[in-house]
Amino acid sequence: MSARNRELATLFLAALVASAAFASAWISGLGTVDYGWLPWAAALAAVFLVAHAVARWIVPDADPTLLPLTALLCAIGLTFVYRIDPYDGRRQLVWVAVGVAVFVLVLVWLRYDYRVLERYKYVFGVSAIVLLMLPSAPGLGQRVNGVKLWVDIGPLRFQPGEIAKIFLVIFLAGYLRDKREALAQGRLKDFGPLLAIWGGAMLVLVQTSDLGSALLNFGIFLAMLYAATGRLSFVVAGLALFAGGAALLYDKLDRVQQRVTVWLTPWTDDKVYCAINGKLEYRQNCDSYQLVKSLYSIANGGYGGTGIGRGTFQTVDGTPLIPYLQTDFVYSAIAQELGLIGASAVLLLFLALVARAMRVSLVAHDGFSKLLAAGLAFGFALQTFIIVGGVLRLVPLTGITLPFVSYGGSSIVSNFVMLALLMLVSHRAVRTAPT
Amino acid sequence: MNRQLTHVAWAAMGLIVALVLGTTYWQTWARPGLAARQDNEIQRVSEFQIRRGLILAPERVLARNRVVERRGKKLYFRRYPQGRLAAHVVGYSTASRSRAGLEKSLNGVLTGTERNLGGLVERQLDDLRGKPIVGDTVVTTLDLHAQKVALDALGRTCGAVAALDPRSGRLLVMASSPSYDPNVVENNFGKISKITAACRPAAPLINRATQGLYPPGSTFKVVTASAALETNRFSPDSEFYDPGYCIAYGKRVNNFDTSSPFGNLSLATALQHSVNSVFCNVGKALGAKRILDQAKKFGFYERPPLETPDGERYPSGLYRNGELWYPKRDSDVDAGRMAFGQERMLVTPLQMAMVAAGIGNAGIVMRPYVVEKIVSPKGQTVSRTERQRLDRAVGPVNARDIADMMVSAVQAGTGTAAQIPGYRIGGKTGTAETGVSGQNTTWFIAFAGRPGRRPEVAIAVALERQSLTGGATAAPIARSVMESLLRRGGNP
Repeated sequence: MSARNRELATLFLAALVASAAFASAWISGLGTVDYGWLPWAAALAAVFLVAHAVARWIVPDADPTLLPLTALLCAIGLTFVYRIDPYDGRRQLVWVAVGVAVFVLVLVWLRYDYRVLERYKYVFGVSAIVLLMLPSAPGLGQRVNGVKLWVDIGPLRFQPGEIAKIFLVIFLAGYLRDKREALAQGRLKDFGPLLAIWGGAMLVLVQTSDLGSALLNFGIFLAMLYAATGRLSFVVAGLALFAGGAALLYDKLDRVQQRVTVWLTPWTDDKVYCAINGKLEYRQNCDSYQLVKSLYSIANGGYGGTGIGRGTFQTVDGTPLIPYLQTDFVYSAIAQELGLIGASAVLLLFLALVARAMRVSLVAHDGFSKLLAAGLAFGFALQTFIIVGGVLRLVPLTGITLPFVSYGGSSIVSNFVMLALLMLVSHRAVRTAPT
Repeated sequence: MNRQLTHVAWAAMGLIVALVLGTTYWQTWARPGLAARQDNEIQRVSEFQIRRGLILAPERVLARNRVVERRGKKLYFRRYPQGRLAAHVVGYSTASRSRAGLEKSLNGVLTGTERNLGGLVERQLDDLRGKPIVGDTVVTTLDLHAQKVALDALGRTCGAVAALDPRSGRLLVMASSPSYDPNVVENNFGKISKITAACRPAAPLINRATQGLYPPGSTFKVVTASAALETNRFSPDSEFYDPGYCIAYGKRVNNFDTSSPFGNLSLATALQHSVNSVFCNVGKALGAKRILDQAKKFGFYERPPLETPDGERYPSGLYRNGELWYPKRDSDVDAGRMAFGQERMLVTPLQMAMVAAGIGNAGIVMRPYVVEKIVSPKGQTVSRTERQRLDRAVGPVNARDIADMMVSAVQAGTGTAAQIPGYRIGGKTGTAETGVSGQNTTWFIAFAGRPGRRPEVAIAVALERQSLTGGATAAPIARSVMESLLRRGGNP
């Protein structure tokens, strides 16, 4: 069976699972059985059939698992966003459609050879920095929840950091392919680029006080640097620099301080000062309210979960228990309703996606393609780790999105761009394989 | 480059595996701890989708459900048709203020989570079918007629009445004043804080029958007398001389009425007329620990058993700095004072009702209970409370002797106000003086039944901020509650 036929068959399986999940959310939300969920399922299926058809045309030899895995993750995301807020669910469906449209555009645009991107690596590099700094530009940036991540352009609000991440990976793939031999010698002067990027990361951290995004971009950089040079010392030095830098700047970063405090001691037995209302409160009722409620939500799931549509996210009078549930905390909703079994299954979908994406990198022939695919794959993994790890209290909680699952336009769209690039690399690797 | 890429791949996959482990931790190991936390609303909220079992008194509904449809979901809120009548026993179950009373302690039964395997399987099946889960019904032993008599008699006075069947330990009355309406707890809690009574703070949410710690006054002489007879060093006929006072620890302790000392008298007469000096000397002769060990046999130093939440029942005994305290040596306590109910001795009305019940029941204290049975939604009796002996507090002969002394106290002593024609009543008054007029805690404890038969009722009444004696204030209330319980004879 050809790669695309396998993709179609797998997509069909994904559609069955996804429809069952969405139908559960629909029916339990309504309280009666009807078929109002069918148009939704059909719409999502149609969107991915379009993606499949374009893939059949432009990248016929690309890895057949990437698109079905994405489709399933999108469907799970849509199900839970709809479950939590039907209005946001409608918008999420539109965003997935926009994401697929951008996916198609990227495929069409780069259909001959995506490696032209390498030529513009410095443009991408500079754009990445500009995009990252954009939210802190006066008049443009919007501070939401204490972190400057958003930019308003007219009626649209988007997170430039999501796009900057991709630009950064393209730049690094091109730059490191050029310089990898020189860097691999590990001379002292070769630490220059490392220091420069580290400086950039610190600057972004101070400007936006967003630890998550800084950690994500710097982590991707270190992974790509290691892949290019094979020098573990770079990774160790990089991590040490990041930790040291963050520690030095710690006093200036109120937001980061608060996150770390919440991470270390979410529950207090005595009342502590609460900056939100200026009174003395237990920390679980103040700064760590969100994290603690989210942990309760996860714990309530147990092994089997409550079932879709039957979790508890509201008090009896209808006020939400966990703020930002459909964005940052979508995983705690999934964990409650699907339980350990279902949440692990969702994580395994991510594992499969990351593994297949890394495989794309392994089978690619040229350095740029390998580094590009590895950067994107590691980006998926690290982003998933930072947000879910934050929700699970493995690392300090920072507000970034769960790829393809969280509610949010810029996140969905940029993840589809990453998917398009991976499929282009994958197709080329197979097509030009030396036989 | 592929070697490094493999390493990166392993690292990336390792990150995801760490997430699986993290999820496992919270959903298995940490789960029970998180579920039990006070600020975890999820447990509480999800239980509002369960149709809780009813709480019944024989023939009356104490707690039922009110169904509210919200966002296509049926939510079950509680209504308490009897209002303030049995508030302290039943308690409340709300979203905003958690739970209290039987609603709290029997939550597992009322939500159907505490069942045998067959019941749990059925519950799970209902859950899968999308049917609301229905909890088990709790039938209590309360006698609501007598309960109303007790609450009405208390009026604006702060205090409590506890009455039980000495033969079985069935709790018949548990009234605490002031009471509150559990229906307003959810949405109009301010109303409860505005409740006033003849004491301040009125603290209507406190169940004074099990949480009120009062000095027992002369009612404790029943315990001292039990200890005295049980040691065989004294008998009802033991002779004493009453000068009107007693010297304890070099200080003079007066009788209630110092103007007319009794002179020569027996232990029986001393109990009948509540003569402090006699019990002071008995106490000094016995020592504090022997009296306290006797008290323990009546249930002191333990939370009195009952199905209400542990936190709503306090143990009786000596208290020091707000904590229950048992002396290491006899010399740590002034046994003379303790023998007639002073010296940091604090007791609850339920405990004193158990003392009267033990004496009335030939020395055997039965384990008190308020839940008669638990009934499944289909009407099958899931479990029925068996009567159980708590302890033998006094030998049968000594119990009869003390019972006789208490009977003479009602016939011609301090407790004449408790007489009911045609019944044999034995009682003991108590007036714990604080030294300030109008600040006394007054008591009456009693047992009652048909002549020649075992008593059917044991009772304790405690009143706060009184200026008269227990015989004048508490005994009439005990009388009317006992009369209500005896006349209808509704107790098998």
